[in-house]
Amino acid sequence: MEAVYEWARVLYQDTGINLTFIYDSYDRNRLIDGFLMTVWLSVICLGLSVAIGVVGAWAQGARSAILRRCVAGYIEFFRNTPPLVQLYFFYFALGSIMPTTTNRFGLPEPLLDNFAWAVISLSFFAGAFNVEIFRSGIEAVPESTKEAAEALGYTRLQTYLEIVLPLAFRVCLPSLNNNLVNLVKTTTLAYAIAVPEMLYQANQIWSDSVNVPEMMTFLLIAYVFLVGVLVWGMHRWERSMRLPGFGS
Amino acid sequence: MARWMKSLAAAAGIAALASSVAVSGASADAISDIKGRGKLIVGVKADYAPYGFLDSSGKIVGIEPELAQDVADVLDADLELVPVVSSNRMQFLEQGKIDLMIATMTDRNDRREVVQIVDPNYYSSGTNILTKGNFAKWEDLKGAPVCGIQGAFYNRKTSEEFGAEIVAFKGTAEALTALKQNRCVAFVYDDSFIVSRLGDPDWEGWKMPLPTIDDAPWGLAVKKGEDAFAMLMSGMIVKWHVSGRILELESKYGLEQTPFAKKMHQAFLDFNPSIER
Repeated sequence: MEAVYEWARVLYQDTGINLTFIYDSYDRNRLIDGFLMTVWLSVICLGLSVAIGVVGAWAQGARSAILRRCVAGYIEFFRNTPPLVQLYFFYFALGSIMPTTTNRFGLPEPLLDNFAWAVISLSFFAGAFNVEIFRSGIEAVPESTKEAAEALGYTRLQTYLEIVLPLAFRVCLPSLNNNLVNLVKTTTLAYAIAVPEMLYQANQIWSDSVNVPEMMTFLLIAYVFLVGVLVWGMHRWERSMRLPGFGS
Repeated sequence: MARWMKSLAAAAGIAALASSVAVSGASADAISDIKGRGKLIVGVKADYAPYGFLDSSGKIVGIEPELAQDVADVLDADLELVPVVSSNRMQFLEQGKIDLMIATMTDRNDRREVVQIVDPNYYSSGTNILTKGNFAKWEDLKGAPVCGIQGAFYNRKTSEEFGAEIVAFKGTAEALTALKQNRCVAFVYDDSFIVSRLGDPDWEGWKMPLPTIDDAPWGLAVKKGEDAFAMLMSGMIVKWHVSGRILELESKYGLEQTPFAKKMHQAFLDFNPSIER
């Protein structure tokens, strides 16, 4: 490892390419922390947004008109406002009226921190799109299939969970894939409310060391890698779930 | 020191010349560009009262905009102010979006490698915190969430040496809101900015309890390689110090006269015997 650090130091002296995040242990650690924070934030938001999508799509087809209207309102709210505005709104406007606890400095502290608000905001944002994506999948399941399930004595919930959802999933995976890729990229917005994810840390490093081009290049490569891993995983999943004769 | 002073005296001469006669066409690109378009574009802070802030009509005003106006007057050009923040001010200069940057920037060697910081320094400030809590020394901040500004250089020191957890925002408005909403126990920033807040009734009961650290000079900057423009700006700064312009602006904007501004005023008075006392 030492050799790599030394190489980065020599590279800076010889070419002026300043990769502080390799040879400076403080910068290295905070960039690693930032990377892990981005991964952590992405994983939580991916899981929650898919769950919201599944539940929301089910509620959209519910018998209760109130429930259906609530879901429609939720989708309108989150789909029609920019995610950055949502983050600011949640953190600064909603966050300020939340209950507080007292921290060890004897000062009040809000119950939900910036990370929690980022998770809430980003999950609901991506979730709103996921609801629509799942709906498109559900609507693609032939009515006759559902009737067949009913004839076999399945309840509404059973039909949804065991017949409709598995088929719908296969139909909407490509567009779900798209939305989840977008979600991973949208996590960068969390730096506006000081969640120390990768862009936030890179920004601080380039402000300290004035190595903007180097950090920008690193960010680009890091996100290509992260999204690449996600897309690869989703494609594998898509392939493993393929039903011969169903869909394309 | 004497040699440094001597070159400054020469610069002061140039500035004096510049203020009486128009700058000759043979000077560097930046100056002829400015003359050509009849407009000087200066990057200043817009969220840093009283150095650069928005008045009720949305216009950028403050100490640094006034200094920028002085430069525009000397160049006989109109002034356009561009709001900048810590994380983009040097990039704006490098990309030619602004001709000159007067944006509360601390003079550091690694910054001198990127932009041309003009000697002598025009101002100075250190780092302190704005808080309601009981902190007596910097080490008391260990493990505490402390608000800051993205891109400020003391963020690293505050977290690396004193163990604080920096929660950094884009601008002072967000950071101060977060502070008021108890997102953090203190706000680490330039003492000059904090002092200006303490006088504000909105911030009654807030304190600046720690000893100021890192008292460091501020540098205004031009694009790298603009030697003639830098020379002219050196002269401008010397003129500001000699004439007491900085002290006058401090008083105008309700600040205590800072030791640095007083010291520079004295230093240049003592140096140049031709100045009236």
